[in-house]
Amino acid sequence: MKNVWTIASRELRAFAVSPMPYVVSALFLVVIGYFFAIILITSQEATLRNTFSNMMFVLLLLAPALTMRLLAEEQRLGTIELLLTAPVRDWQVVLGKWLGSFIAFAGAIILPTLFYPLVLKFIGNPDMLPMATGYVGMLLFGGGFLAVGIFTSALTQNQVIAYFAGFAILLLLFVAEPATSIAGTGPLGATISYIAIQRHYDSFFRGVIDSIDVVYGLSLIAIPLILATLVLQTRRWG
Amino acid sequence: MSIEQNMIEVEHLAKAYGTFEALRDVSFQVKRGEILGFLGPNGAGKTSTMRILTGFMPPSAGTARVAGYDVFAQSLEARRRIGYLPETVPLYTEMTVYDYLDFCARLRGVADPFHAIERVMEMTDIGERAETIIGKLSKGFRQRVGIAQALVHNPDVLILDEPTIGLDPKQIIEVRKMIKELGKEHTIILSTHILPEVSQTCTRVLIINNGTIVAEDSPERLASGDGRQQLVHLQVAKPAPDIAAELEKVKGVLAVQKTAADVFEIETTPDVDHRAEIAACAVQRGWGVLEMRPVRLSLEDVFLKLTTKEEI
Repeated sequence: MKNVWTIASRELRAFAVSPMPYVVSALFLVVIGYFFAIILITSQEATLRNTFSNMMFVLLLLAPALTMRLLAEEQRLGTIELLLTAPVRDWQVVLGKWLGSFIAFAGAIILPTLFYPLVLKFIGNPDMLPMATGYVGMLLFGGGFLAVGIFTSALTQNQVIAYFAGFAILLLLFVAEPATSIAGTGPLGATISYIAIQRHYDSFFRGVIDSIDVVYGLSLIAIPLILATLVLQTRRWG
Repeated sequence: MSIEQNMIEVEHLAKAYGTFEALRDVSFQVKRGEILGFLGPNGAGKTSTMRILTGFMPPSAGTARVAGYDVFAQSLEARRRIGYLPETVPLYTEMTVYDYLDFCARLRGVADPFHAIERVMEMTDIGERAETIIGKLSKGFRQRVGIAQALVHNPDVLILDEPTIGLDPKQIIEVRKMIKELGKEHTIILSTHILPEVSQTCTRVLIINNGTIVAEDSPERLASGDGRQQLVHLQVAKPAPDIAAELEKVKGVLAVQKTAADVFEIETTPDVDHRAEIAACAVQRGWGVLEMRPVRLSLEDVFLKLTTKEEI
């Protein structure tokens, strides 16, 4: 765990001096602030459920931008040789990268949005439970988005390709939803409706924590990170 | 650990990338305290060998042990004992020198990073740049930071891939001096395609070509033709057509090569000096000796001879 933290903390310092998290955070807060205001004015409801859904959509675009550098750049510059010849396991490298990006994500993107529940609390009488579970969902699924981005960053030396590959995979999870209505109720339909990400995060935003959604979120973190580790290990064989 | 112990033991190492064989049956040992020079043209297999030794990639066949640990089966143990400077120095350009070395020290589990960093900054003379961003350093300083990171955990074995590439002559001399100094406490393998580097810094040379070892000896012995032969250069005033044939009859002469109409290179056995017999023969036949001197092969000649053999 010490190795993971060594790598994560270096990554955090790299984030701090890179323009990307600031750009991503600013864009995110501007767009979400806009939606939050429009939703609040039109619905007159003290809830964050729709705002959370909008956040997930915006993250679909922005999360791969946070992670695209992480392994692609190391492979392009050759610094990966430093990590892969250090007495550190490959999974610790991958997990450290993810942890670093997750802390940056939680601090620079999620933390500032706590302003919205404060506004709602000030002007209305919101139900706090769905907000709390909503934030758990945001962190869980946001972490999953970052893991997907790290996997695609392991695949290439090119950050742009890493970004679009990550975006494409996440997009598939989103566009599975409309397909569920025509896929029927057979095994294929069941698979597609399980893959569709919206229903999984939406229960968090409604104030419900269901084990199937927790498993989905944790898998969204674990599976890409395992794949990224396998990619690094395969690279070693030349 | 005994002093005599081999720090590095490589046995029948092979590496194939697809159908391309980068290494074929490479075996060698490096004793504690030796500085082994890895010499070879580009693409000979130097970097592949080093990457296998450092645990960056596994071999296709064969074994390699560093400080007694198998680099594949006990990779983490072996890696703890190796300091590695890859050909492209792995620097995070947005970090300061100190932060970078701190990261490298922690990554390798150094118990007291502060003192370890102070020690290597002094050894590589980069102390005054501790707070400089690496991206702003000159090439020479970057190379030193690269060597400092390889030393920060005080490894038994140092593996340096082209440590002087891209440096100016003054920096090259400094880095070589540093390597010689380090050789007193560490076992070192360095690769290069610059020949003087080997004769100046290494205690032993290993010439590698097309993935196999073609020669292995001390720089001095390699330069003296591996102790197998001596060359004598002879220039005559009156070249006769039978000179080569006549010279070959002289005792101790192995072969004669005519390099110009009046110039001959005579290969003799190395045990004794045969110049007196050759001179006597020349005088007897009345060729008129203009010049006769022993030819000392340079390491360049040996290297070229060993690595540019024409395909038969």
